[in-house]
Amino acid sequence: MVKRYGDATVVNDLSFHIDPGECLGVIGPNGAGKTTTLRICLGLTSPDGGQIDYFDGLHMPQDALAIKSRLGVVSQMDTLDPDFSCAENLLVYGRYFGLKDTQIRERIAPLLEFGALTSKANAKPGELSGGMKRRLSLSRALINHPSMLMLDEPTTGLDPQARHLMWERLQNLLQQGKSILLTTHFMDEAERLCDRLLVLDHGRKIAEGKPRDLIAEHLEPDVVEVYGEGALALAQDAALRPLAARVEVSGETVFFYTAQAQPLLLALQPWPQLRTLHRPANLEDLFLKLTGRQIREDA
Amino acid sequence: MSNFKTPLTPSFNTGPSVWRAPQLSMRWWPVFLRNLLVWRKLAIPSLVGNIAEPLMWLVAFGYGMGSLIGQIELDGEKVPYILFLASGSICMSAMNAATFEALYSAFSRMHVQKTWDGIMNAPVRLDDIVMAEMLWAAFKALFTVTAILGVMLALGISHSWKLLAAWPVLLGVGIAFSCMALIFNALAWGYDFFTYYFTLFLTPMMFLSGIFFPRDQLPPMVRSIADWLPLSLAVDLVRPLFLDRWPENALQQALVLAAFAGVSFWVALALTRKRFSS
Repeated sequence: MVKRYGDATVVNDLSFHIDPGECLGVIGPNGAGKTTTLRICLGLTSPDGGQIDYFDGLHMPQDALAIKSRLGVVSQMDTLDPDFSCAENLLVYGRYFGLKDTQIRERIAPLLEFGALTSKANAKPGELSGGMKRRLSLSRALINHPSMLMLDEPTTGLDPQARHLMWERLQNLLQQGKSILLTTHFMDEAERLCDRLLVLDHGRKIAEGKPRDLIAEHLEPDVVEVYGEGALALAQDAALRPLAARVEVSGETVFFYTAQAQPLLLALQPWPQLRTLHRPANLEDLFLKLTGRQIREDA
Repeated sequence: MSNFKTPLTPSFNTGPSVWRAPQLSMRWWPVFLRNLLVWRKLAIPSLVGNIAEPLMWLVAFGYGMGSLIGQIELDGEKVPYILFLASGSICMSAMNAATFEALYSAFSRMHVQKTWDGIMNAPVRLDDIVMAEMLWAAFKALFTVTAILGVMLALGISHSWKLLAAWPVLLGVGIAFSCMALIFNALAWGYDFFTYYFTLFLTPMMFLSGIFFPRDQLPPMVRSIADWLPLSLAVDLVRPLFLDRWPENALQQALVLAAFAGVSFWVALALTRKRFSS
């Protein structure tokens, strides 16, 4: 698909698919086109080109209502009704799917339990913490028993406990066989939840694959981070350079990417005042390698 | 040799026109129910606000000014001022109730709370949401005028059984004004924007539509325009019913009012679609 706003192409010739029961993560810097991609998939924005096919031969936007009756959506901003309790939020939302009140009422208790919100059934969203609100949004998105979920940054702004609870719930849904399309800024979230990743930048797909495969394909397995006074000079050090396949500098820290960390760590011993961190390469390294370390002007 | 470039993407499509025909279904109903459920929680304070103010106008102007003015001549018949004012101000109440709901409340749901965005992730079209908001605002107008009519009956201002016909007419007035207000809802960037609508449209209309004084007091040129204002049409339809008469040009006035409503709804829908398509 393609989407332009004036001269800016925000989604550029992007294609992807998602298998049943799979979790596909879309990662990319701010402004990469993640949310626009989701909006196009939901039929909320018309693409300037391309085609979106769903399950059972349904197409967006022609079959939008039939598709949405089988989707669960959690948008970036909570759209909960502030005047309703948690239980009423689920009831009212279920009606939008044409479900009968008796049918919805049967689903409310299990969904509140799923969201760890049973004790908050009569509380209004204003009385809930950020994590509870997100879980209520997720529970609400499940009211129609969807076969596929679309989640736009479901854990942004949550504390670690709330994020872990959200992850556990999402893993639970994957085990139930639901497909999840998820955008995120958190590489640990992407690595933990997603079977496959799509890396976007400037509306283009710049990489796609399983998290571990992507790391193996693009990065050396080990990283040695060095920081402290005089660390930056090491980036040009003739003795150290050959021991690393790639050297990057970001701020006050030097990153040595290497297949063999031991010789490098030994060679760093003459600088005991420097702090070193030896760790395996991760998705964050991949992300920064592919999309750059500098802060975006528009981010 | 020609050197034409072929476009990179074979299909170029900016989406269907925002001016396409409304695509309506019964899916507006759960959205209407949602608003009803919220309102039920706030009904008492909202009722007080909706009927207390128009009644204060009626009492202050009707009995206060009425005692100075006495009777007013209307189509050769002498009518107590309070009756003249009551039959006009009920139309103004329908207008105000529908307008407030379709501006401030609809804007809160659409823009501030993002309620509409949430609904559109379910199988409900934007067209049905706009329809639900329109009917909801009209329902609130109907509710308000029903309460005011009750008080007017209790005060003995009019006892004509023809007032039963005023009821559906006032629902129509509510529909027309909620459609118009939704145009400005679609264009609004914040609550302040609505001041324009009130100051430039509703307030002048209130004074030109024959609510406080008969329109034949207006200069002829102003009057020829004022006669076609939607609020004038509403007053011309409702006032005779208070006087136990049938309106003379009822069909024509009702049709023009319906045209105001229909065209406004279409424009409101197109502008709302445009707002949501970007």
